[in-house]
Amino acid sequence: MLTLTMAACGQQGTSTATTAPSAAPAASAAPTAAPVTRGQGGDLKILYWQPPTILNQHQATGTKDADAARLVLEPLASWNPEGKPVANGLASEIPTVANGGVSADFTTVTWKLRTGVKWSDGTAFSADDVVFTYQYMKDPKSAVTTSDYVDGIKSVVAKDANTVVVTYDKPNPFFYQFGVSGSGAILQKAQFGAFVGEKAKDAPGNLRPIGTGPYVVKDFKPGDTVLYEINPNYRDANKPFFKTVTFKGGGDAATAARAVFQTGDVDYAWNLQVEANILSPMSKASTVGELFTVYGASIERLLFNFANPDPALGDKRAEPDTKHPFLTDLAVRRALAMATDRGTMAKELYGDGLSGKSTCNLITAPPDLVSKNTDSLDVCKYDIAAANAELDKAGWVKGADGIRAKGGVKLHVLYRTTVNALRQKEQDIVKAGWKQIGVDVELASVPAGTFFTNTSPDGANHFFADVEMYTNSGDPDPTALLASGWGTENIAQKSNTWQKGNYARYSNADFDKIIADLKKETDTAKRAALVIAANDHLVKNVVIVNLINRTFATSGRAKTLKGVNPTPWDSEMWNIADWSK
Amino acid sequence: MGRYILRRLLVAIPTLIVISFIIYAVLALSPIDPLSAFGADPRVPPEVRENIRRSLGLDQPWPIRYVKWFTALIQGDLGYSFMSHSPVIGLIVQRLPNTLAVVGVAYVIGVLIALPVGMISAVKRYSLVDQVATTFAFIGFSTPTFFTGLLLIIIFSVNLHWLPFIYNSNLKIEDLGSFLQQVKQSIMPITVLGLFDAAVLTRYVRSEMLEHLPLDYVRTARSKGLRERAVILSHVLRNSLIPVVTLIALGVPAVFAGAIVTEQIFRVPGIGEMLVRAIFDGDIPVVAAVVFLFSVLVVSFNLVADVLYAVLDPRIKYT
Amino acid sequence: MSATATPLIAMAPARRASAGLWSNALYRLRRDRLTLAAATTLTVLVVLSILAPLLAEHVFDRSFEQQDLLKTYHPPTLDPPAYLLGGDELGRSQVVRLLYGGQVSLFVGFVAAFMNLTIGIGLGLISGYFRGPVDDVITWFITTLNSIPIIFLLIIITTLFAPGALTLTIIIGLLFWTGITNFVRGQTFALREREFILAARTIGAASWRIMFRHVLPNILPLIFVLLAIDIGTIILAESALSYLGLGIVPPTPSWGNMLSNASTYFSRAWWLVVSPGATIFLTVLCLYLIGDGLRDALDPRLKGAS
Repeated sequence: MLTLTMAACGQQGTSTATTAPSAAPAASAAPTAAPVTRGQGGDLKILYWQPPTILNQHQATGTKDADAARLVLEPLASWNPEGKPVANGLASEIPTVANGGVSADFTTVTWKLRTGVKWSDGTAFSADDVVFTYQYMKDPKSAVTTSDYVDGIKSVVAKDANTVVVTYDKPNPFFYQFGVSGSGAILQKAQFGAFVGEKAKDAPGNLRPIGTGPYVVKDFKPGDTVLYEINPNYRDANKPFFKTVTFKGGGDAATAARAVFQTGDVDYAWNLQVEANILSPMSKASTVGELFTVYGASIERLLFNFANPDPALGDKRAEPDTKHPFLTDLAVRRALAMATDRGTMAKELYGDGLSGKSTCNLITAPPDLVSKNTDSLDVCKYDIAAANAELDKAGWVKGADGIRAKGGVKLHVLYRTTVNALRQKEQDIVKAGWKQIGVDVELASVPAGTFFTNTSPDGANHFFADVEMYTNSGDPDPTALLASGWGTENIAQKSNTWQKGNYARYSNADFDKIIADLKKETDTAKRAALVIAANDHLVKNVVIVNLINRTFATSGRAKTLKGVNPTPWDSEMWNIADWSK
Repeated sequence: MGRYILRRLLVAIPTLIVISFIIYAVLALSPIDPLSAFGADPRVPPEVRENIRRSLGLDQPWPIRYVKWFTALIQGDLGYSFMSHSPVIGLIVQRLPNTLAVVGVAYVIGVLIALPVGMISAVKRYSLVDQVATTFAFIGFSTPTFFTGLLLIIIFSVNLHWLPFIYNSNLKIEDLGSFLQQVKQSIMPITVLGLFDAAVLTRYVRSEMLEHLPLDYVRTARSKGLRERAVILSHVLRNSLIPVVTLIALGVPAVFAGAIVTEQIFRVPGIGEMLVRAIFDGDIPVVAAVVFLFSVLVVSFNLVADVLYAVLDPRIKYT
Repeated sequence: MSATATPLIAMAPARRASAGLWSNALYRLRRDRLTLAAATTLTVLVVLSILAPLLAEHVFDRSFEQQDLLKTYHPPTLDPPAYLLGGDELGRSQVVRLLYGGQVSLFVGFVAAFMNLTIGIGLGLISGYFRGPVDDVITWFITTLNSIPIIFLLIIITTLFAPGALTLTIIIGLLFWTGITNFVRGQTFALREREFILAARTIGAASWRIMFRHVLPNILPLIFVLLAIDIGTIILAESALSYLGLGIVPPTPSWGNMLSNASTYFSRAWWLVVSPGATIFLTVLCLYLIGDGLRDALDPRLKGAS
């Protein structure tokens, strides 16, 4: 599944996917407290320090856009915090195998839509709009960032005005792929009909969408502020509670934190990526605001290069047929893993759970896919002595300069990541540990805009370094993540202009077999076992060193704000109609 | 006079063309990738990226893109932002009021302080006033604005809670209350920038005045028996105002450059803030348009300064 | 943050250098206590920065990257001396980082200014001496370069190419020279018609010889004034860039990025903001004062008794 990630800060975007297909959908949205009256509240002030620039989830460049659009454009259904679909959108119920909405072979899904729903311009919503949205997303010229969600779909057909049938090419265990969460936001055919394909970018609706959600856009200054007012045609006569919403963008995370905790200027502040020892006292001392965190599957980790990045190789540099001089030695990788102090990192930089916690696993959610085998592994424990012993045993000997070498090869590591205050501190911690085992570390950092591209030799894809570090966001179903990240067929290299996802140039038949099985398997329990096996393979063989499970959301809200119920699989704004004071 | 302006305008055209080319080339040859905003995530499929790249026209070689951009430019079309897909001109128009409300006002205040202080300073050289003014001027232009800005925020926003540190661009001045709110939210950036501008301009005004003080006509005027006050006001002032006015005109584009840092410190959603964000996002149309417009501003204010010079100084004749 | 070496300090035209010019100037400088104080302060800052590794090892017993996570946000104290100016968010010694930051910031300032000077003098001499088409081309180039607000160009280039200290120096060195060129050009223009130059030309001296042996020595003193101001301006520009996150990239400390970093933590530790900010201010102030004092010393007419 596609996940949008904000490159500039390495923080995660909304992600979606399904948990086990047999899981029963939750009965309703988060319980609301007292009954509320529409428009009873005043202005709801939301602060996103990254400002929204476009209000269409399909053209979004990041969470901020998708979240700001979510107040207006609704999907068929949303994901709740437990990873279950909730019918708080345009669908009247969640289709399951049990209620006949999903075919037994997982190829067709029949969505029943709500009746009598109107767009904010007063016209009627119908199944045609859903079909149109599918066609809009499917057209490659529309260049939507959500196109992954229509991959593998054979057709989306309106059976009648209130029924839509989604048919997949082949049995699809993730049958909620289309239509659930922000990626399934439904566009109005009347507004976007003339803007499919190349013209999609020019649609005026990108800035002022007509939606079915609780709010309509009153004024939008891209890169600054969105002002919303209640959608007079919203289907629930009692909602939303707030009369207007000011969705302010800009500034930085620290300013946002002060605004919600110290001055109380805003009711909701998104993604407070502030160092824990600032954030924690600030939120604890606050009388007006409180902090909340949600864990998903975002992992900050170290990637080892299995190919040789030596510039002397010229065109062959870091090509998969070259061999890294020392990182292909398991003993070296094990020693580096054991000398990596993720505990200190979590404690000092992530506030021990405030914005992240240490992990040795790549897959950390949902619970049934999490490996319990890794905690006891030696490579998951910080132990300098053991790391030194490992290298001694493997014949890497310390020279006069304190750096280990073997057969003329010195343990000199070029360790690259993005320019980011937090990452530079992480680098310092890793370097300090590695230094103690006789590894010379050269730190490098490049701007995120350069790092996350396939066009720059300093980029993650080229991997002209020995070690690199960034965050990977996960999904409840990690098949795509595992296959793309470490499968032999996905090795990034010159011939594919470094566009594939296996930057580490890792190639292993056992691992490829696990992935191949995972792609075929439809049984929930067996799938979980395969995911755990893949995770364990990568951890045991130290193909990666996972460091921190970062929170999906570390946001702040006013203490008086009720109904906020964040989920790691959907927009934080997914249930804004239920918010009140 | 008209012919002079016309000739200057004609000279400005090739300059602007070269500038536009330089700006575009720097942007196009840089390793920045507008698509990087779409993901640190290796799972954003390459096909999707390629699609987006094509839809933004980035699959074409950059000289062709430049020609297209330039052709549109001379027809007054600044293009569309990659991020919001809205016309760049619209974005600039939306943000201009914020920049003017803060940076423009600060410059005006700077000029209003600098003119009298600089003059008094020059006339009463080595007096107490001059000493104090000179000291403040030196301190003023040696202090980084981001340092003063931070200090003000620490004192007035964080510790005293007197002033807001989030700039509300949607504030509409309708009554006294909203006017006071506007004052409260812009007083810090205006102070920081205004004092910096004042410090620099005071030095200019002072040295321009000094240049003219010992001149012959001043001596003549004095010897005519005119009172010192009259000498200063009608002779020195008139003559030294010419270069001062020129300086003030030339300083206008620099005002916008100063906006970058100030807007960044105080989170004013103005043009400088937009430019920095666009650079980070790889939003090439926005960056190119903003920088080019600034260059146009510089070139035109150079022209304005020269014309002012000609108008104010009858000795200069242009053909 | 003005981008070019703006003549904040008024410049007078160069005059024929007499043997006594320098010694007269020195004499006057000695009597100018403020300039001397500024020069002393600057020298101390430069020497301390140069000695940073020695001081770090022997006096403060800390390397600039050494962390002590138990002593984060340590307030300034004399014991241990490493926390003289406090500790930062990783318990690193602020004073040691400030010294190392000085190496970077001062290096950028001085080296880039010397580059500006070299280009400025070279092009200015050529342009002013030969005039004609050469002058037209150079002047046009300067006008064009000056029309692109240099600070924008600098921001774009630094963002896009994420330079280290050396590259940043070179970029600034290649961008900020127009002010000096204009000055040198103007002076050369004027001097060219003076009797001693005419005399040299009459006896058939080579152009380069006239430029470097006769013209240059006459404008050199005033160039030192411009140099001092230029260094100050560059240090301000570098710190502003680093403050925006576009200049020197951590963990290499520079005064600008230390200030930028500290701005996140000012509610916890205000002293982290004050020390780099005050150091930048002090350095730039000293340079401007030196420029001003030097100008007065070289050209007493400007100081003039009124």
